[in-house]
Amino acid sequence: MSTTAQTGTTEPPVAAITDPGRTRRSSDRVAGWLFVAPFLVFFVMFLIWPMIHGIYLSFTDISLTGAGGAFVGLENYAEAFRDSDMWRSLGNTAWFTLLSTVPLVVIALVMAVLVEQGLPGQWLWRLSFFMPFLLASTVISQIWVWIFNPQLGAANAVMEMLGFEGRAWLQDPATAMLGIVIATVWWTIGFNFLLYLAALQNIPSQQYEAASIDGAGRFRQFWSITMPQLLPTTVLILLLQVLASLKLFDQVYQMTGGGPGGATRSILQYVYEVGFTAFRFGYSAAISYVFFAMIIVISLVQLRVMRRSAS
Amino acid sequence: MSAAAPAAPAAAGIDRRGRGPSRTVGPGRVVAFVVLVLMAVAWLLPFLWAVDTALKTEEDAASPDASWIPANGFTLDSFREVLAVGNVPIWAWNSLLTSVLITAITVAISALAAYAFARIDFKGRGWLYAVVIASIMVPGQVLIIPLYYEMLALRLVDTYWGLILPQVIAPAMVFILKKFFDQVPIELEDAARIDGAGRARIFWSVVLPLSRPILASVAIFVFIGAWNNFLWPFLVINDTALMTLPVGLQTVISAYGIVYSQVMAQAVLAALPLIVVFLLFQRQIIKGVATSGFGGT
Repeated sequence: MSTTAQTGTTEPPVAAITDPGRTRRSSDRVAGWLFVAPFLVFFVMFLIWPMIHGIYLSFTDISLTGAGGAFVGLENYAEAFRDSDMWRSLGNTAWFTLLSTVPLVVIALVMAVLVEQGLPGQWLWRLSFFMPFLLASTVISQIWVWIFNPQLGAANAVMEMLGFEGRAWLQDPATAMLGIVIATVWWTIGFNFLLYLAALQNIPSQQYEAASIDGAGRFRQFWSITMPQLLPTTVLILLLQVLASLKLFDQVYQMTGGGPGGATRSILQYVYEVGFTAFRFGYSAAISYVFFAMIIVISLVQLRVMRRSAS
Repeated sequence: MSAAAPAAPAAAGIDRRGRGPSRTVGPGRVVAFVVLVLMAVAWLLPFLWAVDTALKTEEDAASPDASWIPANGFTLDSFREVLAVGNVPIWAWNSLLTSVLITAITVAISALAAYAFARIDFKGRGWLYAVVIASIMVPGQVLIIPLYYEMLALRLVDTYWGLILPQVIAPAMVFILKKFFDQVPIELEDAARIDGAGRARIFWSVVLPLSRPILASVAIFVFIGAWNNFLWPFLVINDTALMTLPVGLQTVISAYGIVYSQVMAQAVLAALPLIVVFLLFQRQIIKGVATSGFGGT
């Protein structure tokens, strides 16, 4: 396509007269806004406006039914900072993020590197690792609740086969979060796997050939070619993964309902409960924004680390 | 993708297809294969176990000595039951309808905006694009309270549009499309302009045809997200007849989640459409997710 394009511009007189794409044309002023308008309308309605209005709501005591709505200043925020349930669900969310991020990055990397070796059965590997990502949270929650069923579940069957005692995984505060993490790793690893696979395929094969000629073995090639080339991808995947893990809600809500005794309740679930079951919209909005502020801080820190490692 | 089908192998052991390290059959390769098989089995088993359970009679499914081959044989009864009494077909239709609309609207408005950001020099472009990019960092989930409040005010709670509209904003997709449009050779557009084409014509008949792969990528990515979205549909829809598959199934489970074989039959039924689509379009989906995935979710 680039060849035809070049023949288009090699006609000097025309190109010189119009000098396209460089001068601002008066019709573009309108055209630009017309092109952006449909997106902009929805963008303002469903992102910018709620974001601003939410800040206002967080300073009121409005309820889901619309009752109340008096301005209460910083009271909601003050309450949030004293609210042990909020801190606990924040802690749970952070704990989940820590537990889930490492396997979701490391195992995905291992999968992608192994698949990229060109072993037979490519479609089967891709299907196995990626398919769970296509399943709705409802589906994976049901499957894993069934696997972790204390009496009939496959998890305990495996445990007993290996000589351990079965346990009530999701009903025991000590293991409930672990169960959620296992289900989540199984469910979402395919996404990171694909990102790694795409990155691996972008490494020019000539580099391996050159290394091979120089007598570098497979592990040597992995450490000196593959790993450094994957560093930017890894940083990016880490960033995306941390953000995704922080937004934990679906699978917890459906697997444990946040239990036992709040041991797995995430911050988003707490926002939901305060807003939609306790009907305290204003307070719920305030908690959302505490969480939002944390996400922004974490993203900025990560972006900074990312930029440093990129240079 | 076409990682430059390289010249003839320069050294023994380098595969012509040329991706990754050399491909001689050595102990390392055997180990890699075994590990891969173990991992694939581990990843497939949970789903296969769900399918197996769904194909059992309830008596076998709820029997403490779980086995792959049930004592009373396999049966499709659970599937029949679920399809007969449940709202699964209605929910599947709602999921399909809303996901298709979300995808179509998202791709259309994002592509138009992205093109303007890439190629049209209009006043305010710089700061507007900066705002859109910054908004990638805003997780939709933290806006559920004000969004729900807005839906109440617009009387869109319990409507398809209330479900759809808040999901069509995808700044990350605008970012991805803009990066693509940046690389479309400007000479092509210039040629069309010389022929007298206006912006709309150029976009429609020059740029869009070149952008099919990236548009497909974005569409696939958006569709998967919409099909599986849980939180927003769960909040904004209370009417059983308007529920999407993930939300509808969840209500059934919490209502009577004790018939294990039926629960698994529902799960398998809900999973089936996307698995079939994946098997049919494996290559495009993998490429689509890999391309659009970096835009963040």
